[in-house]
This record gives sequence, C-alpha cells and structure tokens, in this order.
Amino acid sequence: MTGHRLPSGGRIDRARPLSFRFAGRRYQGFAGDTLASALIANDALLVGRSFKYHRPRGIYAAGAEEPNALVQLGAGAYSEPNARATQVELYDGLTADAVNAWPSLEWDLGALTGLVSGLFVAGFYYKTFMWPRAFWNRVYEPAIRRMAGLGKAPREADPDLYDKVHVHADVLVAGSGPAGLAAALAAARAGADVLIADEQAELGGSLLAARGTLDAWLRATLDELRGMPNVRLLPRTTVFGYYDHNYLCLLERRTDHLGPAAPAGLSRQRLWHVRARQVVLATGAHERPLVFAGNDRPGVMLAGAVSTYINRYAAVPGKRAVVFANNDGAYRTALDLAEAGAQVLAVVDPRESSPGDLPAQVRARGIEILNGQAVAAATGGKRLEAVSIGPLGGGAARGVACDLLAVSGGWSPVVHLFSQSQGKLRWDEAKSCFVPGTAAQAQRSVGAANGTFALGAALAEGLNAGAEAAKDVGFGGWRAPEPPIVDDPKEAPPHPLWQVPGAEGRGKSFVDFQNDVTASDLRLAAREGFESVEHLKRYTTTGMATDQGKTSNVNALAILSDATGRAIPATGTTTFRAPYTPVTYGAMAGRDRGDRLDPIRVTPIHSWHVARGAAFEDVGQWKRPWYYPQGGEDMHAAVRREAKAVRTSLGVLDASTLGKIDVRGPDAAEFLDRVYTNGFRKLGVGRCRYGLMCRDDGMVFDDGVTTRLADDHFFMTTTTGGAARVLEWLEEWLQTEWPHMKVYLTSVTEQWATVSFAGPRAGDVLRELAPAVAVDEESFPFLSMREGVVAGLLARIFRISFTGEPSYEVNVPSHHGLALWEAVMAAGEKHGITPYGTEAMHVLRAEKGFIIVGQETDGTVTPLDLGMDWIVSKQKDFLGKRSFARPDTSRADRKQLVGLLPADPAEVLPEGAQLVWDAAESPVRMVGHVTSSYWSPNLGRGFALALVKGGRDHHGKTILAPLAGKTVAARIVAPNFLDEGGKPLHG
Amino acid sequence: MANPALFGRRRSPLQDHDAALVRGAVAGPRGVTLKEIPHLAQITLRGDADDADFIGAVRAALGFELPLAANTVAVSGDVSALWLGPDEWLVVGAPDSETDLSIRLNGTLKGQHVLVVDVTANRTVLELSGPSGRGVLEKACGLDLRPRAFKPGQCAQTNLARTVGILELGQSGAWRIYVRNSFALYLADWLLDAMAEYAIDAAL
Repeated sequence: MTGHRLPSGGRIDRARPLSFRFAGRRYQGFAGDTLASALIANDALLVGRSFKYHRPRGIYAAGAEEPNALVQLGAGAYSEPNARATQVELYDGLTADAVNAWPSLEWDLGALTGLVSGLFVAGFYYKTFMWPRAFWNRVYEPAIRRMAGLGKAPREADPDLYDKVHVHADVLVAGSGPAGLAAALAAARAGADVLIADEQAELGGSLLAARGTLDAWLRATLDELRGMPNVRLLPRTTVFGYYDHNYLCLLERRTDHLGPAAPAGLSRQRLWHVRARQVVLATGAHERPLVFAGNDRPGVMLAGAVSTYINRYAAVPGKRAVVFANNDGAYRTALDLAEAGAQVLAVVDPRESSPGDLPAQVRARGIEILNGQAVAAATGGKRLEAVSIGPLGGGAARGVACDLLAVSGGWSPVVHLFSQSQGKLRWDEAKSCFVPGTAAQAQRSVGAANGTFALGAALAEGLNAGAEAAKDVGFGGWRAPEPPIVDDPKEAPPHPLWQVPGAEGRGKSFVDFQNDVTASDLRLAAREGFESVEHLKRYTTTGMATDQGKTSNVNALAILSDATGRAIPATGTTTFRAPYTPVTYGAMAGRDRGDRLDPIRVTPIHSWHVARGAAFEDVGQWKRPWYYPQGGEDMHAAVRREAKAVRTSLGVLDASTLGKIDVRGPDAAEFLDRVYTNGFRKLGVGRCRYGLMCRDDGMVFDDGVTTRLADDHFFMTTTTGGAARVLEWLEEWLQTEWPHMKVYLTSVTEQWATVSFAGPRAGDVLRELAPAVAVDEESFPFLSMREGVVAGLLARIFRISFTGEPSYEVNVPSHHGLALWEAVMAAGEKHGITPYGTEAMHVLRAEKGFIIVGQETDGTVTPLDLGMDWIVSKQKDFLGKRSFARPDTSRADRKQLVGLLPADPAEVLPEGAQLVWDAAESPVRMVGHVTSSYWSPNLGRGFALALVKGGRDHHGKTILAPLAGKTVAARIVAPNFLDEGGKPLHG
Repeated sequence: MANPALFGRRRSPLQDHDAALVRGAVAGPRGVTLKEIPHLAQITLRGDADDADFIGAVRAALGFELPLAANTVAVSGDVSALWLGPDEWLVVGAPDSETDLSIRLNGTLKGQHVLVVDVTANRTVLELSGPSGRGVLEKACGLDLRPRAFKPGQCAQTNLARTVGILELGQSGAWRIYVRNSFALYLADWLLDAMAEYAIDAAL
C-alpha cells in the first residue's frame, strides 16, 4: 500500500485522474471516485465541524446515510449547500468547502462552544435562552444562527435547467442491489414494463463493494436488462417519495457528475413522476453506529463503509485499525482491511463468543478477537488517536493506539419508502431491527430492505418478487429464474448493544451526529418526561437533521426504551416522510419558471395591442391592455385621455376575454331562471338582459349579459375571471341536482372575439361598417342583438353598455377578431377613435356605479348590499334566494355599496382603505372599506365606491379614511355619479 | 352561412410563429417536430347516446357511427368524431367544412334535444410528430402514453403543462393537440422548450 490508495483493484479508472479542491487545498482523485473516497485516498478524513459543538468530524459512512460529511459544493450561483461528500461524484475541477467552520476547517472558533457545552443540552432552545426575554430576538437567536448553521443557500437565481417527466410502469424497482436487480430481471423477462432506479452512479448496490463473488452475474444481468426494450434503467436516480396509489417521485441527477463540462441545454436534474402498478422496494439497509464516548472522532467509521472504500474505491481509511462490532458481518471489514495491507489490531465483540464462519477466517489470519469486550471511549482531536477497550461487565481497560475504528451496531433495513407508503413496521427481535410488516399498497420489500441480509436469500427473494409482481399485472406463466449459487457464510446472531455501559462520564456519546444529540441528552429528556418518541424527537431534535436520522433513529429509540423501561416495539417509531434525501426546489419547479410560471393567455387582437405599446394588466391568466400610453404619457394621463374620449366621442375596447357559454334545450329558459336572481323566461328572442348569479349562500358569484338567440337557445356571458367556474357551477347543478332538465351547455369563450366600441359616435361607426343593419333606435333598441355582416364579417352585434355611453359589442369568430378590430379602428379614425384599456373601462363603469364582481364583491356581499334589489325576483325561486330569509342577510348594519366624494377633489383614495366615523376613537371602529377609486376626467375629481355598514342610511354624511400621515374626509353619496345624459350628478 | 371570400382574413393563433416552429424541429432518430394545423372545422355535438334516433341522425349526417367507447375516435375520410364525454363529441373536418357539417347535423337532428355548435374558432390544433414526440408529451402530461395504453385512434381530454387540451393519437403515430386559442402560444412555447434537449447530441 502506497499512501491510502491501493495500487490496483476497485472500480475507479486510474487512467482518468481528476483534480479537485476541498477547503482550499488541491487534491487528486480518479474517475469513479466520490468526493468522500477521493478525500480518504488523500488521508483527508476531516471534513467539517458539528452543528452545535463545532467538534471536528470526519467521513463516517459511504452513502445516503452520511451524517457528517456535508459540504458546500461549487461557488456563486451554482453553489449547493449540504451536499453529502459520500454521494458527490468527483469531476475534474470540482471545488467544495467545509460547512459550519469559521474561520477555517482546521482552526474553528466555534469549537469554543465545546467548552461551554453545558448550555447545549436537550431542549437548550427552550431552557438556556428564556431570560431575559428581550434578548431572544436581538442576542441569542442571531448568535445561534451564525454559529449553528450548516451550508449557505446561494443568493443568485439558479442558472441551471430542471425538468419533469411523467411515466407509467408495470413494475418499479427501487434499488439496484442484488435483490433489486433480481426482481427487475424476473419481471422484465416475464414481459412487464420495468423501471429500475438507483441513487448511485453505477448499478449494483452492495455488489459493487463486495470482493468478487457475483461480478459475472452482475455484468450479465445488467447487459441483459440494457438490451430489453421494456426496461428503463435509471442510475443517479433517488426514489424519494412514495405516495398513494403507487405514485412515486424520483429525482434524477443528469449532469451533476459532469460539473462545468455538462452540455448546455440539458436539464441538470429531472423529477420523475411515476405511476407504477407494482412496486418492489430493494432499498438495502443502513449500518448502525455504536454509542460510546468520543464515538464521533474523525477516524471512527461504519464498518461497511470502510469495506466499501477499500473494495470499491481502493481507498484505505486507516493503517492501524480496530474493529468494534456486535455482529458477524463486520468481521468482513477486518478481512478487507487486512487484505488491503492495514494492520488490524483487534476485533472487539461484546458477544461472549463468535462461532461463525467469518470470525473463524479472522482468527485464521491471526487477528485477535476480544469477546465480551467493548470500546468505551475513543480519544483524539482532528483524528482518532486511541481507543479504550475493556470488559463489558466492567474491569481494567487498556488503551490501543489506532487511526481507524470500524464500528457496526447491526443493520437497519431502509424502510423509509415502505413507511411512506403507509406500510406498518414490525420489530424483529432476532435481527434487532424494524422490518416491513403489513404493506398498504401493491408493493413488495426484498433483500436487506426486508431484513433478508444473506446474499443468496436476498437474490431468491428478489427473483420471486419480480416474477410475482409481473404475474399480478398480467405477465404470469413464467417461473422465476434460478438464482446464482452463493456460498453464504454461517453467521451467529447479533447481540444488541445500544450504548456501551460505563461510557457516560468519559465524554460525549453521540447518537445523532448531524444534530449533535448525545445519549445523555436522550436520557435527560426521558427523565424530564418526554417519553413519547414524537416528543423526544422534537425536544432533543434527534433525527430531525437533513439526514433524517438514518444512522441514529433506531439507537435513539432503543436508548429511550431503556430509559423508560419499555420494550422497543412499545416505544414505537417516528414517521418517515418524503423526501428520503433532500430535493432541490429547482427540480420541483421544473420548467414552470419565468414566463412559464403560469400560462399567459392572449386574445386574437393581442399583437395589435403590443404593436400599439399597450401596458398590460393580468386578469386571471389573461394579458389585457391596461392603457395605451402615447408620447410619454404616464398611466394617469393615458387613462384620463381614454376615459374622456369615450364620453365625448368614441373609444374601443378588446372585450374578447369575457366568458361565453352556449345554453341550449327546451328547459334552457327555466334553467336560467333558476341560476340568475332575475327572470329570463319572458325575454324576447333577440333581446339581452343583465343577470346576477348568487351562490346558494346568497352571495354574489358572477354577472353578465345573456341573450336569447331562439326559444330554446341562449348565449350567456360571464366575467373574464369567472368563465371556468361558472361553467363548472352550472354543470354541477345540471348533473347532480337537476338531471331531468333538458339543457346542454358548452363553452364558446374563445370561439368569439369581442370588439366593444362606445361613445356618442358609436352608432356612426356601426352604420358605416354594417350598412345592411338598421341602427336606428326603433329597429335596434338598447339591450338587443342583431346578426349581420360587419366589415364584411358575419357577426353578432349586441347593443349593450358597461360605460353608460351608446355602445355596441360586436362578436365575430375569433380568427376574424383582428380584422374586425382593424376595420373599426379605420372607420373610427375620423371620430378620433381611442383604444382604451381596462383601467379606463373601470373608471367609466364606476362613474355609473356599475359593479365589478370580485372588486365590489368578495363572496360576502349580497345583491341587496349592492342596492341591486331591482334585479332580485320576488316571484320565482333561484339559487341563493332562501338565504335572503336569514336574519344575517337582512341586518341593517350590513356593509352596503355607496359612492364617496373626497372633500378635497384632488384626492384619490387608495383602494382597500379602511373607513371610520371617528378617527380619535380607541380602539377605532372600522365600518367599511374602499372597493374602487379613481380620478375621473369627466367629473374632474377623485371618486370612489365603498362598502359601508348601513351605508345607504348615511348619504350626505362625512366619513374618514385614516391613511399613513393623514386622514381623508369624504362625503357619502349614492353610487352613481352621472345623470342620464352623462353629466356629473354630484359636482 | 359564412362567406368563403372572407376566409382570407382568417388568422390562426400561431400563424406569426412559423419561424419558431421550424427552428424548434429536431431531425434524426431522436427527432421531433411541432406544427400548427390551423382552421380545422370543429363542431361540438351533445346528445343522448342511448337515443337511437340521435345516433341514427348523426350517422345519416356524417356517414359513420359516433364512437361510444370512452376516449376513442371514429374516422371516415376527412371527418372524425372524438368522444369527449358520455354525451359529448367533437366533430372535426377539413378547413372550411364547418358550415357544411353544421348544416348536415342540424338537418338530420332537427327537432331533437341536442346541441350543435360551431367551435372552429375556439381551438387550434398542434401536431407533434417524430420518434421523441411521446417523450416530449411525457413532460407535459400525466397520462399513460405507452403504446400499450394509448393507441392510434384514441383521444383524451387532459392537463398539458399548465393548461388543458384534447390529445389524439393518429394512425400515423403523430399526436394532435387541440388547444384553446388563447393558450396556443403558451403551449407551443412550452413544447418547443421541452423539445430542445433532443437536439443536443449527448450520451447521458
């Protein structure tokens, strides 16, 4: 062995050296390395400082369970906090930094907190910083946040691409270890569509870290799966969430491993939404730490991880090693270490004897086995220096100098996904671990994830599960393939050792490394009465770090069970929640960012508005012209000009966004009678009527004009924002309450483009564009509709008005919308036609006191509150009518619609302003609010609509709007500011 | 009803965006192409599928049977009928045939309680074709689009990205997406964006 990298072996590519930087130092690694394995090969075990105590911490594991080796990866906008070095694939030029170390990893000031660590006991948030109370915000919390943080989120916008896909599979296999591959193979051979995902770069799971045994089978199986059209292999893909109906979410890291060499235009990460008919969970197991004093010293590592680094990465984490384990499996690590040239000083095993095959091999190599003993303490600073080994029952301990301690407290099946799927866990006493119990979904757990740790048995279980899963989705008639022959060693059962006795008092014994929770914290919490596992978790924060307690949960639970004198199954477990490992927000957003955050809807006339320089307003998802500034006008100037033009000459509005519903059938009139507050049965053919809809609670829901096209045929319009929900509302009543009614509905919102021109010259324009249509008052009265040719286009012409001015709304099929608009603009030119936007439209309708649903109403306003009792039928029944019999809807102090004229005509009240009678009152009574407020060029002053308690009884009174820095007085008036001739009423 | 002379002034939602559609096309074994098929005649038809008179009258008007199986399409020559619901179909024909289709349907269905509405201008149609067409759609749509599950001659109303549309798989293997006009530009832009990666020659 030269240095810590073996000269041969492992799955790294020695022909492709890579250089990288960590914590300011340059290192070399190889393709196939993770950041962690490359650091180990460079003997750079120290990777960070712990969360609370700033203790030096080293690489501890080799996978997703790593609690210590969190790094800040990359720089600037590309920086990623808290990446696990054990899962970061090395690429050339990679840079990473330690987290939670200041000013540097080697010399960290925060480590001083270790000296006052009495402050940081269980529940320290709740205890230490209680007094004085005022110190919390100003002193304690900022200090804690600076000291006890991990990585830093970048401040820049994320420059990377992310996307999502949705796929369906017959069988989804999570995990590509021996059991997972076996399941995929069996299911795929049977003909099922199989998707197999694994979080690692290379498929193979534990086989990648084993010496040799099934290399040929692994190669052959992967080759076969790759060649099958019904199989999708997803390496670098974590199944992180398992939801109802076999709906699972996967995160694929597509280009992370390429670093800056990633091709532009490819998504960095992809979120897979998978609906699987059957699921096979082959997620493996996590090794458990042993709990003793100083068990977090850099150089203490999980035994399985040590083997992985040696066998897979040819990186040997130490030269003088001790193995401390309560199970046979970890004896493999002693053999691996010896094979790699490390000196194995002893295997410390708390069991009284170790009769299995692996201990026999260890013994045969001349390695000392210390049965009935334990490591009570590990000492050292930034690197392990020695361990103290003594008899379990107490007695003389001896110190052994070493730089590596490989520990194994047994294995915990990775039951996270099983538990997320609502499966029930079961405590297996013989194996000392939780295993999947009753499944709640179409799912099978196999291999180590199922507590089946022996390789041969895991393979057989995987093959069977794959064949059964395929059979369950219709691909039966196949027998599971024969498993390869595996010579599993005979093993003696493990013996649980949750905490080394006598270790307390010799230093901190860590249970949760990432959140710095010790065994004594847990015992203290139990003494203080936090006996429920859920309370313990929240009080001590054990298991609540980003590793979700993968190495700590079972140990914490067992210590709690010991402290409370209950069995482990009676103590229970906390809930496993998605995500299994952290997921970037970018992946969750996918491509729905920027302009794609929400659809942008445009009318057929949109390009004209854009060319005219319109400013747009978002109305629902629509872009509507807000106003059309000319020659440097600001919004107010433009709106004044537009609103004036409509009253004095001619304006034109793109009203295409109005919702439109075709209503047809012999019961159509009766149906409208039921859904509108006013009557439609007597409406003549060719006539239009404004209608108000209430929900069943009597509150205004939508409004619009409906036209009778034939006896059994109506054309309904809705508000722009209400189109979809009105159609749903109407369909709901038709389908669930009144299925006997013969009425069909269909949305025609986008079939028709609507050009509305209004003003004293509106009739002239129509006459010019539609010479065949009689436009005189008698032939074409207000609130009627004519079909005809306008500008050479077949059109429906509605004589209706939302401004109080003479006005025509011309509907043509939307593909003709722009042609019509251009024709109206040309014909109106001699009248100074002025395109106007939604703001001027709001001013004009407010001058007439016309409401806008959603502005004057908010779901708590009845038609009577709006003073619209003229539209509420006394004769017929309609949706919401019964609610008007409730005392609440007839209270005298309900908020009612009024007009407001500020005492200072120059004042424009802000919309939403609260209104009071007496601003000096304390507490001040708020009696209403402003719903709409504008400057009116036609009134020459500011004006507003408002809802005021009992407002109709207060016409003529003065009400106050207390604003920042001033209080504005306004006179309450009726909500209509113009007379019939369009002249101001209230001067 | 409509005067064909006026059709020259018709505009489709994507007619100014041809260049972007052409630019976004990807050739080769991972190819995918998006184009607009504008102005297809479209009629919404609603009626009682259990009523033999209704079914018979529609057969008389169109010359073929309405599809009664959920999410299937019946085709005869230029005209097809998409099942959208137990009492709702979309009848689709060649451009400029909407008046003829309406007259035929209204003629044979006269006196029945049905709804026949010309919705030609309500939606436009996008066509997504090429080997990667399904892969692009899988980014936008949660339905099972595997060949085994979604076959030529099937259709579905579904969410596409953040809007909704009608998806139809033609006999040629090309997908048709009926999308409301106001959403057409959004959806086309979304799909073009989703297509872009197939132009990158990268082995991942």
